[in-house]
Amino acid sequence: MAKVLVVTSGKGGVGKTTSTAALGAALAQRGEKVVVVDFDVGLRNLDLIMGAERRVVFDLINVAQGVAKLSQALIRDKRLESLWLLPASQTRDKDALTDEGVRDIIADLRTKFDWIICDSPAGIERGATLAMRYADEAVVVTNPEVSSVRDADRIIGMLDSKTVKAEQGEQIKKHVLITRYDTSRAARGEMLNIDDILEILAVPLLGIIPESQDVLKASNVGSPVTLNNAGSQPARAYIDAARRLSGETVDMVVPTEQRRGFMDRLLGRRAA
Amino acid sequence: MDAKVEPQRQVMRLRGRSYVAFVFSPFMPIMNWLEEIDATLAQSPGFFAGRPIVLDLAAVELSSHGVAHLVSSLETRGIRVLGLEGIEPDGLDPKLPPVLSGGRGCVVEQVEPKKVEVQPPPPAPSLLLRSPVRSGQRIVYTEGDVTVLGSVGSGAEIVAGGSIHVYGTLRGRAMAGINGNSDARIYCQKIEAELLAIDGYYQTAEDIGETLRRQPAQAWLDGDVLRITPLN
Repeated sequence: MAKVLVVTSGKGGVGKTTSTAALGAALAQRGEKVVVVDFDVGLRNLDLIMGAERRVVFDLINVAQGVAKLSQALIRDKRLESLWLLPASQTRDKDALTDEGVRDIIADLRTKFDWIICDSPAGIERGATLAMRYADEAVVVTNPEVSSVRDADRIIGMLDSKTVKAEQGEQIKKHVLITRYDTSRAARGEMLNIDDILEILAVPLLGIIPESQDVLKASNVGSPVTLNNAGSQPARAYIDAARRLSGETVDMVVPTEQRRGFMDRLLGRRAA
Repeated sequence: MDAKVEPQRQVMRLRGRSYVAFVFSPFMPIMNWLEEIDATLAQSPGFFAGRPIVLDLAAVELSSHGVAHLVSSLETRGIRVLGLEGIEPDGLDPKLPPVLSGGRGCVVEQVEPKKVEVQPPPPAPSLLLRSPVRSGQRIVYTEGDVTVLGSVGSGAEIVAGGSIHVYGTLRGRAMAGINGNSDARIYCQKIEAELLAIDGYYQTAEDIGETLRRQPAQAWLDGDVLRITPLN
């Protein structure tokens, strides 16, 4: 049965789009049929991260308004057969999205895919509420700092009240994904630690993604980090998170500072 | 011409009207029958008060004196007899109620006297929240206490007419006793509140002592000073 997953956070810049692409690719690598949907109408990014920006013809708004067919707007990933993108419009704004339009598109996507991953815009307004509206599960992305955790708490409250599932009296399944976890700063006590975050949010942990240059590198070449460098620490953390989403039990690895090799220390080179 | 003005004579009009009366049919011995009346009165006092009562004496044989005694003993019980039935009017004391005839049976609507039910006072109302209160959520419950099984997030707000109980960490705002209830209190397992208020007296996070932070605590009003003290 198809699952609709919203990747949301409230706060901007915490890694929603990166996580959407990485989780989507990791699930697709497991053989699942996945579509990642960009809900950030007007400020689309997912096409860039997925490296599909030069192939966008039709978008979410076109489909919602009946200008284009869903099959015309869907873009298949060049690296993974079972990974698709439904891009957002860059020229419109969030008011162009309607509840009915989103409902119909999600219902249509449910018949074609195993996973529908909705990349939510930041904020708590129309774009964000419509992205979560028809979700079955939610990944709440947060950084280990207070403002992003408080915004995540706000979003969890909205997931529990503004989604169709919540309105029907059901519980939407929620996961916390902690991104940009800086091991050295955590060791110095300069960040909220994992336990504090989980105590505040009271939602199960999906994964801890370490702060890493690999994420930036992957974005710059237009590739989900799980495809670009599958052996890197953040990619491994995303792949584990995707396995947990599929229902597997995977031990949680709290990233620790990598030991510098003798030569690195000698040359003062930083470990990635 | 001598005109004589006759004062207009008012014609007396007789109108008939029928009423429904209770009919008492005493039996022998009269003492037992009176006891039954007493039992009925004990159950619902005032049941016959103000109601027309007719005594049907067909089943008993009483002298004129006996009838007078029965009527007066009913009167002492607050039952006034409107008329008599089933007895010859001859030889009866003229002070007794008149003898009626032509009565017809009818269904009497049982109008139960309004029972003054002693209702137990309604339990103090309270609102139970089984999940954490998230940032941005505002719970307003002016009727009574609010209990939260979980934490209250930073940026969340609870407003209660009574006390507030938080079985978790209180990070947001809590305002108790907003209807002027100065006995209301705020309890929490871990205090990291942004603001605490009882009956309009408040303290912000800055005022809460550092030693109390993250400890189980309660807030209460001591006169017009809001006190925050550790629980235990």
